[in-house]
Amino acid sequence: MVNGNPIIEGFIEAIELIVTLDPQVVEITIRSLYVSLTATFFAALIALPIGALIYFYDFRGKHGVVSLLQTLYALPTVIVGLVMFLMLSNIGPFGFLRLLYTPGGMIVTQTILIIPLLMGLTVSALSGIDRDKRYTITALGASRLQTVVTIISEARFAVMAGVLLGFGRAIAEVGSVMIVGGNIRGATRVLTTAITLNTSMANYSLSIALGIILLSVALGVNIALSLVQRR
Amino acid sequence: MAIIEAHGIRKSYGSLLALHDVDLSVGEGEILALIGPSGSGKSTLLRVLDLIEPANEGALSVFGINVVEERGRLIDLRRRMGMLFQRPIVFNSSVYDNVAMGLRYRGASNEDIDRRVKEALEAVGLSRYIKSRATDLSGGEQQRVALSRVLVTDPEILFLDEPTANLDPTSTATIEEIVVRLNREAGMTVLISTHDLAQGQRLAHRVGVMIEGTIAQTGPSQDVFRAPKDRRIAQFVGVQNIVPGRVVSRRGDLAVVEAKGKQILSAIPPPADEVEMAIRGEDISLHRREPGHEETENLFPATVTAVEPTAPFVNVTVHCGCDLVALVTARRAETLGLREGMEVWVSILAKAVHLIPREK
Repeated sequence: MVNGNPIIEGFIEAIELIVTLDPQVVEITIRSLYVSLTATFFAALIALPIGALIYFYDFRGKHGVVSLLQTLYALPTVIVGLVMFLMLSNIGPFGFLRLLYTPGGMIVTQTILIIPLLMGLTVSALSGIDRDKRYTITALGASRLQTVVTIISEARFAVMAGVLLGFGRAIAEVGSVMIVGGNIRGATRVLTTAITLNTSMANYSLSIALGIILLSVALGVNIALSLVQRR
Repeated sequence: MAIIEAHGIRKSYGSLLALHDVDLSVGEGEILALIGPSGSGKSTLLRVLDLIEPANEGALSVFGINVVEERGRLIDLRRRMGMLFQRPIVFNSSVYDNVAMGLRYRGASNEDIDRRVKEALEAVGLSRYIKSRATDLSGGEQQRVALSRVLVTDPEILFLDEPTANLDPTSTATIEEIVVRLNREAGMTVLISTHDLAQGQRLAHRVGVMIEGTIAQTGPSQDVFRAPKDRRIAQFVGVQNIVPGRVVSRRGDLAVVEAKGKQILSAIPPPADEVEMAIRGEDISLHRREPGHEETENLFPATVTAVEPTAPFVNVTVHCGCDLVALVTARRAETLGLREGMEVWVSILAKAVHLIPREK
């Protein structure tokens, strides 16, 4: 090739792989997006209403719950992977679901991984509505339900930003999908696990190609995030 | 008839006591200004009276309904009132949707909302922004959006929490004008909190002075300004001279108060023997030579010790046993040729020497 430098060669090959829509690259990318988007969707479905409940209801230990959620933002992905592996394996309570080493299992794992993040960010998005705004809503004669609807709609962009961050964490993590999915070619291999494997096999061009795609997804999320936050 | 009746209101946030022993009665169609320094509890009191926050203790009735007992009716009562806050509050939606909020909460029909929102925006001169995002407007415009959002619901009682503290003079004038007109034409009851004494005097039929979480004095603004009940109120309403003295004798209707060897006559019945004389700077007149036909009870020579210009006025400190600060117009100060060390004559009407009990 050009000068025999494997990095430069790998980079050029990587561009070729992307431009020519190499079937393996496309397949891995689509699976990655599918798993993480689905996980984000389910996580949002669960975390947003619960986050809102935590914000709107005063209960004992509320502060502790919020602190716990914030601690769980940094939950190590391999720990989630390990716990979910044990749950979903034949020796675990959910072994009968036969989800281990399937995209379904990966979706469940990523969902659980980002639920605390989405919940915590929902609480802080709603808390971002300042006191005077809440007073204004009350003073305008809103009922309890009308108050909740107004505050959520006012915080919609901040909540959306939280969901995007959750998606970013899901698609970029490697530890739990590796353990639960098993990185099986054509079945559970996603961008991050494929990069890990191909790099260790010195298959740099494929790793770089997938890396570029992963970065583009992250970039896309960030652009979306800044568009949302500018509102 | 009193539209708001509050007795013994107490409100605390954790260990912070925001309001205590507040007694207040507001008549229908009245404009009442709550004046007081920042942190004296004005905003908290307005929120309690507007039923946004419950008091911890005390009796409160609004529109003749006891709100402590009938908590189920709070929303209905709130919907007959409106409040404008100090900071312009707008929601992240169009100006139209912002103004429509209160009407939507009340379940008004779309045609009704459309008509009233357009009228309301017309009234505050913001029709051209009807489709704009409210957060894109300037502070003064946002405050006008907030005002029309309140007025569109036709409140019977309007609460204004320092509504013009952050606004330019033009926006302030617009808002004051609207408030006065609504009071006069629609008989709207208005409670306004302000730290701007002049605004209180300009707008209100009656003022209440709040000091450290309670209403220390209420009455027509002239009374509060001329006859503050204690030292803190006197300081807040801008009495420059608070001179400790002792009532030594009576001379007809007048009390003779001795302060640092100087005798000053006061037409105010002394509340105690140990008093403080509260004399407003503008009630002290300075003359170059002894006035011939001055109908004033207190007349004595003094020495100018300081001349300090403040916008259209000049603060002149004179020494005559005790120090007194006189407020003189800049033009008069020039005519008199006031300068430090100058000998002048001081005259004070006995009526202008207000007496308050001396605090230990």
